[in-house]
Amino acid sequence: MTNKGPETGAFFQRDREWHPQAFTPWYKTSVTRSPQRALLSMDNTLSEITGPTFGHNILGEHDNDLLINFAKPGETAIGPRIIVYGRVLDERGMPVPNVLVEFWQANAGGRYRHKKEGYVAALDPNFGGCGRTITDENGFYNFRTIQPGPYPWPNGVNDWRPAHIHFSVFGHGFAQRLITQMYFEGDPMIDLCPIVKTINDPEAIRGLTAALDMQATIPMDSRAYKFDIVLRGRRSTLFENRLEGN
Amino acid sequence: MVQPLNRLKESASQTAGPYVHIGLTPNFCEIGGVYPEDLGTKMVNDKTKGERITVIGRVIDGTGTPLKDALIEIWQADADGLHNSPSETRGTADPNFVGWGRSPGNMDTGEFVFETIKPGRVPFKDGRLMAPHISFWIVARGINIGLNTRMYFGDEEKANEEDPILARIEHRVRVPTLIAPRDGNTYRFDIHLQGEKETVFFDS
Repeated sequence: MTNKGPETGAFFQRDREWHPQAFTPWYKTSVTRSPQRALLSMDNTLSEITGPTFGHNILGEHDNDLLINFAKPGETAIGPRIIVYGRVLDERGMPVPNVLVEFWQANAGGRYRHKKEGYVAALDPNFGGCGRTITDENGFYNFRTIQPGPYPWPNGVNDWRPAHIHFSVFGHGFAQRLITQMYFEGDPMIDLCPIVKTINDPEAIRGLTAALDMQATIPMDSRAYKFDIVLRGRRSTLFENRLEGN
Repeated sequence: MVQPLNRLKESASQTAGPYVHIGLTPNFCEIGGVYPEDLGTKMVNDKTKGERITVIGRVIDGTGTPLKDALIEIWQADADGLHNSPSETRGTADPNFVGWGRSPGNMDTGEFVFETIKPGRVPFKDGRLMAPHISFWIVARGINIGLNTRMYFGDEEKANEEDPILARIEHRVRVPTLIAPRDGNTYRFDIHLQGEKETVFFDS
């Protein structure tokens, strides 16, 4: 991978029937926050093909360790200890190396560290809930955290989010920018959630569900969940117009 | 029989939710000590080339209410129209300008602010120059997939008239939704998610 020059092709068209639609009234906030007019389609220009890159110099030593990155010295967050790992790939199955992955979540009781949050579950004084890392040359990432708890929210009278971790991923072009959520295999709350149900295709929901991986689990320490993330693929530029002379 | 292409499907998007700032701007939401500073809050330094500008705006919902929990990212070329990206093949961009910024809306007013520079013109695929523009990406609670739009500059009338992307907008009354008026060194760009003044969003 390292000998290859950067890719300069446009990205594959997004399948917007696979992604959630903007207007999904059972997720109530989407009603006034969804555009009503059609999106304007255009092939990528250089503004979408290019994107920011982030070096390891932005990372602190514990940025990918939520057990300790907010904890007092010698203490750790309370909850089921887990490792989350996986690869960032593109739609061609190629690894996406050296890209920033950011994640955030509630604590083991389902409580977020945020002043607009009013859930009665207690904060954990040793848990902040944010982390980040950069994929390696093969597109792998990993981080250590506690498994978040389910969380009630004011949508329906009795709606609860499944345990989830939010992910924000950069690719190599701004058009690959993606935010999504990771769910946990076997969680009965997944099928009940209005936000999960903004996605129509059960296969797409399966793609957001991390698998328990006992082989990556560290005995007497932490269980492991595997979560691969797929970004848009790129077209080859072989026969495309080149901007010679510009 | 059709042969399989064996492609993967892109991971489906989900809303960033109301607490997106915990992950992307933790210092802004009072989670201190994890990162020294929030990413993308400082775009220019003393050596950055180009005209300093401020971009201010709000994201407004279908009832006219500004969002107080949106997160906005921008991506733009440098003063010479070059992107600070490995996929930029036309030359080397200003090393003192990353070209990417991230701003949470003010928790009371919803106003986002970027201190940046005015970008140069970037060529379209056929070599024609696009007008100077900044690419926007908006996520928030209630937005299931990030919204893409562009801000063009109100004082670039001639360039805007030639712009190949603006030219594709069939309903000409919608073109002004992408053009930010200038006031001193400040451009105001309000983004309307829905309704009469709905901003043009792109599938690109």
